[in-house]
Amino acid sequence: MKVFMLGWEFPPYISGGLGTACYGLTRGLDSVGVKVDFVLPVSLPQDFKSHVTFKTPSTRSNDTIRRGRDESVLRGVTMHVLPAFLQPYAGPEQFQQVVEMMKQMQPADDGQEGYLPVGDIIGGEAVGYGGDMMEQVRRYASLAVELSWAETFDVIHAHDWMTYPAGLAVAAHSGKPLVVHLHSTEFDRSGENVHQQVYDIERAGMHGADRVICVSYLTRGIALGRYGVDPEKVEVVYNAVDLPAGKTVATTPIARDEKIVLFLGRVTMQKGPEYFLQAARKVLEKYKKVRFVIAGSGDLISQAVSLAAELRIGKHVAFTGFLRGDDVGRIFRMADLYVMPSVSEPFGIAPLEAISHNVPVIISNQSGVSEVLTHVLKVDFWDTDDMANKIVAVLRHPPLQRVLRQQGQIELRKLSWKDSAKKCKKIYKELIRQRSRKTGKRRTGKTASK
Amino acid sequence: MASVVFYFQVHQPYRLRRYSIFDSGTDYFDDQANAEICRKVASKCYLPANALMAELIAAHDGRFRVNYSVTGMAIEQFRQYCPEVLDSFVKLAETGCVEFIAETYYHTLAFLYRRDEFIDQIEKHRQAIAELFGQKPRAFRNTELTYNNDVAEVVEEMGFDIALTEGADHVLGWRSPNFIYRPPNCERLRLMLKNYRLSDDIAFRFGDRAWAEWPLTTEKFAGWVDQINGNGYVCNLFMDYETFGEHQWDDTGIFDFLRALPGEVMATGKNDFLTVSQAVDRYPVEAELDIPHMISWADTERDISAWLGNSMQANALYETYAIAEKVRNSGDEALLEDWRKLQTSDHFYYMCTKYFADGDVHKYFNPYQSPYDSYINYMNILDSIRGRLAK
Repeated sequence: MKVFMLGWEFPPYISGGLGTACYGLTRGLDSVGVKVDFVLPVSLPQDFKSHVTFKTPSTRSNDTIRRGRDESVLRGVTMHVLPAFLQPYAGPEQFQQVVEMMKQMQPADDGQEGYLPVGDIIGGEAVGYGGDMMEQVRRYASLAVELSWAETFDVIHAHDWMTYPAGLAVAAHSGKPLVVHLHSTEFDRSGENVHQQVYDIERAGMHGADRVICVSYLTRGIALGRYGVDPEKVEVVYNAVDLPAGKTVATTPIARDEKIVLFLGRVTMQKGPEYFLQAARKVLEKYKKVRFVIAGSGDLISQAVSLAAELRIGKHVAFTGFLRGDDVGRIFRMADLYVMPSVSEPFGIAPLEAISHNVPVIISNQSGVSEVLTHVLKVDFWDTDDMANKIVAVLRHPPLQRVLRQQGQIELRKLSWKDSAKKCKKIYKELIRQRSRKTGKRRTGKTASK
Repeated sequence: MASVVFYFQVHQPYRLRRYSIFDSGTDYFDDQANAEICRKVASKCYLPANALMAELIAAHDGRFRVNYSVTGMAIEQFRQYCPEVLDSFVKLAETGCVEFIAETYYHTLAFLYRRDEFIDQIEKHRQAIAELFGQKPRAFRNTELTYNNDVAEVVEEMGFDIALTEGADHVLGWRSPNFIYRPPNCERLRLMLKNYRLSDDIAFRFGDRAWAEWPLTTEKFAGWVDQINGNGYVCNLFMDYETFGEHQWDDTGIFDFLRALPGEVMATGKNDFLTVSQAVDRYPVEAELDIPHMISWADTERDISAWLGNSMQANALYETYAIAEKVRNSGDEALLEDWRKLQTSDHFYYMCTKYFADGDVHKYFNPYQSPYDSYINYMNILDSIRGRLAK
């Protein structure tokens, strides 16, 4: 069985949980014997510094990815990199920079007129997203179709809206079943100020797909309620975490005079940094020897800095900016507590990473990951009194930390990418069986599209 | 002759209100939830079950007998929220067919931490039973049937004749719970052991349609009781009173079962019902039973890990009893009372992480979202208690 998988980030070039999830799922699929053609847009330049990186396997150089095969880890996975630039969180300058870079890389005949028909899902004016975003989505789709002609595969799996047009187009050309995977929705990213064009693409992708995979029941609820998707075809497959092999049980942090409470993630509306700071102010009424670290960057960073000043807690708050590579592990190891006060979090892999570093965790009830974790503290993101109450409790009571750590380690072992991959494989099998029953021996996907 | 000894545990904790680090004030208890739960359980269980007991005692001319332990916490809440329950217990006491068993008034684990506190709480319960029901209890049961040889020694010294505990396999081995035993180092004290198989058939499995013996009929159960003849004297059916109507809902037929059972058991003339005192007065001691380690009737482990199984529980209990000396000598009655209500074992049970992820019985009875929330809340209240001490 082989999957034509469409993603827009993959380690080491990631800005959030999606790349980590794609990597984990791909590894899981590999281990259960599913072959994967992973199709990626061009990645960010190496020195691009702005976004949080959760995982950067240093073994995987840019070249191995370009060349397409990483034999050391993934036997049945082939990477394909397409010259399109999909970075929703990139600013306009970076966007231009990369587009320029791609122009130099590409032969001149790869222009607009050469594009393959990919449907009319992407209509209207491209607003936001660096101006040219929709163009790049279209370009990615077109190139993906071209690539699909050269490959044989049984099912298409597209991750998040930027790859949905590509997924739909490849499905139309190949006749193969399409799975779309919802890692986040426009409502998670933008609250009620949805970008209509993005919403339309998401909706078209979900309606056009044969199966929709959501990362949590929270997200499934949004797919049904906000996008009107047939509940029959929506399934939940939780994310997981890879435990570092051969890792011994991590020790508790070295006793310091000052405790560290960590926020790690993009500093955006969705992640709730202001609730973290409000809670921090309340904690400081009761517990002084604590530093609140905000690790990450994003469009709310300057607001967060001014809020800390307004709340008069500036000297207790540290902003590290975007952390990558080893620094992520280092900050986790220093932390006494990790807080994820997300306003809307379809899943949230970072708490799993925190637990894997043996750090106690507080998460908001408004996160998908709260559906799978029981040995964590949970709060409503808006209830900063409760958040502060729980932060103080963890800082003050070593037995609480100890039990959260012990039980968290046990619970984490129940979440494996292999299990998630098995669920996907089951879905693929069903779809392939249905499709072959429906089409009989009428045609194969490959010949049909020629 | 096989004698059925029914003993029912009646208990309601004073549940704590949400108390954050930012709260002050000394109103620690969730009056609304306590009142609601108390009234709900009263209407589903205590009132109909007590009415049924009175009916059965009358119908069988006093040959149907039962035993109760009603904790001080339950008594106080009945008085506060549904006095008619207390009245119906008083009426049952007047029949002469009901024996009341003593325990720690506050339903605590005090034995493990403070001997003087343990004894004071039992004395308080004895006094309450004497005042309410006009009885001087001869039998003692420790919270959740926690028990070991040391408990036996202390309560014998206090004048008790009988102690109740779990007939746990790991202490009984090949021996049967259907005899009366004697603890080592005790002269007078008799040990009555719960027959957990037959007790749990009623308390846990009665309504379970997946159980091979479902539906449990009185004929079948009376047959099992009858089989004790020849190798035992007593059939100790110990269970939470809330079994009737609350754990096993009315629609499982549990009340009909109970209504028909005495007649069925006594039909052959071979078997009867006794109070614990009648049982030890009638039957001889079979053997000595050595129980050096703490046992209880909780979970499959039958040990104390449901209250003392993780660091949070150990810490909360330790911190609670660490201020015992100061609270007991403070002369502040309200403070002493609050501190004692905080000792109620349920608060520590809520902090249990065993099976938490599986959502079992621990979760069902837990007013908190998680054991962690319960620990945090408890420690905040304990802080407030300590603050009052400092003044």
